[in-house]
Amino acid sequence: MLEAPVVICLSLAYLGVLFAVAWWGDKRADAGRSIIASPTIYALSMAVYCTTWTFYGSVGRAAVSGIGFLPIYLGPTLVMALGGFLLLKMIRIVKANRITSIADFISSRYGKSHLLGGLVTIIAVVGIIPYISLQLKAVTSSVSLLLSYPDIVMPDHSTTMSLAEDVSLYVALILAAFTIVFGTRHLDATERHEGMVAAIALESAVKLVAFLSVGIFVTYFVFNGFGDIFEHAESDAGLQRLMTAIPSGGGYTNWLSLMILSALAVLFLPRQFQVAVVENVNETHVKRAAWLFPLYLLLINVFVLPIAFGGLLHFADQGVDADTFVLTLPMSQRHEGLTLLVFIGGLSAGTGMVIVETIALSTMVCNDLIMPILLRYKALGFEDGRDLSFVLLGIRRGAIVVILLLGYLYFRLAGEAYALVAIGLISFSAVAQFAPAMIGGMYWRGGTRGGALAGLGAGFIVWTYTLLLPSFAKSGWLPDDFLTHGLFGVELLRPQQLFGLTGFDEISHCLFWSLLANIGAYTGFSLLRPPMAAEAAQASVFVDALKGIGPVGAAFWRGRAQVSDLQGLVGRFLGPARAKTLFSAYAKRRGHADGVISEADAQLVQFAESLLAGAIGSASARVMVASVAKEEPLSIDEVMHILDEASQLRTYSRELERKSRELTAATLELQEANERLQELDRVKDDIMSSVTHELRTPLTSIRAFSELLRDDPKMHLADRERFLGLIVSEAERLSRLINQTLDLAKIESGRADWNSGELDLSEVIEQSVAATSELFREKGTFVELDLPEGMPPILADRDRLIQVLLNLLSNAAKFLTPNEGRVRVSLRRVPGALEVSVADNGPGIRPEHQEVIFEKFRQVGDTMTAKPSGTGLGLPISRRIIEHLGGRLWVESVPGEGATFRFTLPLAVVEEENPLPEPIPAWGG
Amino acid sequence: MSKKILIADDEQNIVISIEFLLRREGFEVLVAGDGEEALAKVRTERPDVVLLDVMMPKMNGFDVCQALRADPDLGGTRILMLTAKGRDTEISKGLGLGADGYMTKPFSTKELLAEVRKLLGI
Repeated sequence: MLEAPVVICLSLAYLGVLFAVAWWGDKRADAGRSIIASPTIYALSMAVYCTTWTFYGSVGRAAVSGIGFLPIYLGPTLVMALGGFLLLKMIRIVKANRITSIADFISSRYGKSHLLGGLVTIIAVVGIIPYISLQLKAVTSSVSLLLSYPDIVMPDHSTTMSLAEDVSLYVALILAAFTIVFGTRHLDATERHEGMVAAIALESAVKLVAFLSVGIFVTYFVFNGFGDIFEHAESDAGLQRLMTAIPSGGGYTNWLSLMILSALAVLFLPRQFQVAVVENVNETHVKRAAWLFPLYLLLINVFVLPIAFGGLLHFADQGVDADTFVLTLPMSQRHEGLTLLVFIGGLSAGTGMVIVETIALSTMVCNDLIMPILLRYKALGFEDGRDLSFVLLGIRRGAIVVILLLGYLYFRLAGEAYALVAIGLISFSAVAQFAPAMIGGMYWRGGTRGGALAGLGAGFIVWTYTLLLPSFAKSGWLPDDFLTHGLFGVELLRPQQLFGLTGFDEISHCLFWSLLANIGAYTGFSLLRPPMAAEAAQASVFVDALKGIGPVGAAFWRGRAQVSDLQGLVGRFLGPARAKTLFSAYAKRRGHADGVISEADAQLVQFAESLLAGAIGSASARVMVASVAKEEPLSIDEVMHILDEASQLRTYSRELERKSRELTAATLELQEANERLQELDRVKDDIMSSVTHELRTPLTSIRAFSELLRDDPKMHLADRERFLGLIVSEAERLSRLINQTLDLAKIESGRADWNSGELDLSEVIEQSVAATSELFREKGTFVELDLPEGMPPILADRDRLIQVLLNLLSNAAKFLTPNEGRVRVSLRRVPGALEVSVADNGPGIRPEHQEVIFEKFRQVGDTMTAKPSGTGLGLPISRRIIEHLGGRLWVESVPGEGATFRFTLPLAVVEEENPLPEPIPAWGG
Repeated sequence: MSKKILIADDEQNIVISIEFLLRREGFEVLVAGDGEEALAKVRTERPDVVLLDVMMPKMNGFDVCQALRADPDLGGTRILMLTAKGRDTEISKGLGLGADGYMTKPFSTKELLAEVRKLLGI
């Protein structure tokens, strides 16, 4: 069933599905309903990191070096888990400046330099083309393997090359067509390709499913689980060496350098930059991708070792290449369905990488390599105002075809010369050269165009010399003399033992020297001279990208331009209709309801430039805008001034935010304080009202009696005496009231004098009872005392305490029924304190009034026929005194059976607590 | 026939002074010590004027006033509120409930007599 037509049809059908998905994605994007606005899709699209190199190559590497394939995935995992801030900053910068590629990013950062953009593009193309050809090779060999089914025949030059050449050419051409359709549908100001991202995410899902399927098949169906495979492997002498953690020499250093390399690659590979940064729709997706993408990497690596061991055990000495185990194991079991699934998985891994990488590279080639040249030689003829958007699209489409054909050519030339893994790492090492200029550019204001050029150049040269040329030599294209004897016979210049450095593998060796040269040149040349105006301006735009308000590009532009010129310019690259729509949308955003903007200010110029930057790259956009606008260049002083202002503005705005927070808090506090004050005010009003009421009442009697006496000089003597007596007693009541009010106010405000000392409570009680004995005698009774001997002293103010006792005793006396009343004062010990109780057998106090009586002016008189005499302040004052002395005053009462007022006072010396004595029974109990 | 006047107040000394004053002027004087007693005495004794204190036990002056005005049989009874709370809101509350006059304690005995006479139309 696996004949050529089936395989071809299946492949084309799969590409057709991708095509449909991509078409649908684009359609939905145009309708404004993105299907890729999901963090999961975002993470899946990042998995374009896993190419055929992962799909087929990881097993091959594991078959040679055990878990040596792992650092390639640990690096990205670490970057995603710990370096999210870096990715976030890149996304912010890219969105704010409409950057379209990594070349555009670096060129824009260092003053929109054409030279720099071109250099980055060249490094990327040279570095990536072998990687693309690697995908072609993998796809091609999977096809030829499949076609020899059920035999397993390793593809090689003699038998299958002619077929392979054809297949890979067709693969390259089909991919070019696919890429052209979805990569260059129209020129966009944001250079985003939603349909392509959707298709890539689908491919990532397919290749994961395929790889997991073959992994499960090998582990659980060919063998009996992980344990079984590892047991078999352990008993095999050839496989034992693969079981150690770090098998080969130079171990840890090589691991570390592979991790660094892959960490840089996952950020700076053009295709990774494309999907992770340029195609990002929502920066919050980074958060989810931070664990989803590493999870994906983990899943796709789980079965690498079992498949590798399984393959080695199964195909022992049959000459089957380990790079093909993923496909040949299901083939050997005659499992056609799985074989086809694996083939489609490999196809996904290969096509996904090629499509995204080619789109990214073609954008770079067009914007950063060809456009600048055309601009320089005025080859575009933009003086005559033609619509250039088709020219640009043509350039990109041409670039896609050329890049894929270059990949094909490299594949033809390099052929079987080099293992898959090595080619991947060579590409990784090339893009690692972008790291100093990228990271330095985002965090160091001092980096300059000269520094970036020198760094990239030096790194690239070292990479070429220590890695690329030796790989050519190993393929037999170059004489390999210089490998063993050094350039010009100088031993120190041996490319893979440069300056005598040994003990590293070739990748670590290259990484060490190239990054050393790169970073050294970058910082060295940057420090040679201070940044120029354009560099300083861009440095601030990049470095301060996360700080909220910073100077935008418009702050750095001064000059004059015509709206029509700008719109015309944009129209020539994006199409006149599109330009018109964009300009009128912009005008509406700026508050011109009619969509017409009349004056070209710095912001409009900036807007036009950013639109162009999305289409032709920032450096070219700069040149084009300069061609229609009359610009006045800013001096470095002026740029520095703008930057100072911006940083002052930032400080000022932070200050403002802080102040505003403080104000909000203060307002809240004020509100609360105001509410408290109003509450206090109400309380004060009530008290004032009560006090005046209490004052007016005796005054009323006094005035009435006085007037009666005055108006009737002939009043009876008895009446006269009675009235005078009442006047005197009301006057006494008045002064008592005034005194107590002041006393209470003094206690409440804390201004009362307290003379605390150790007191014998029994003695104080006896003294108070003696002072009130006359009151009780009038009611025909006396006070019973229950004062145990030997009570410890308490700490209190004697006069205040007597005041409390007199108040309680006179209250008791007031409500006693004459001749039937009984009052008993008791003292007892409670834990840490003494308790005094004053019990009477009067009318008692209803439960709902037992707290009210301690409020000011709240005499409870409604149970009696007459209002009780007194000021209504005695109990409130007593309670405050006791509380001030550290005790408690309360009442217990059963109405009709009397009331017992109790208070406690803490002991002067805290002693061990004695067991609680029996409570003193109240009267009538 | 002498006019009948009810004094409703829980302050003993105030009652004594007003009672003395009114008797001396020839009025017949009744006394009530709380709101409920006042209401009962108005119903049974039908005084011409009630001197009504606001702050009384059991039933305050406002409630008594309201109850009296709700009884159509007692429409002829004049009510003079007496209170130690002199706030405007209380005065208008009393008048709103149907009191015929309002005096703030402490008051002048002459003014009290004048007010009582005015209510009686003497």
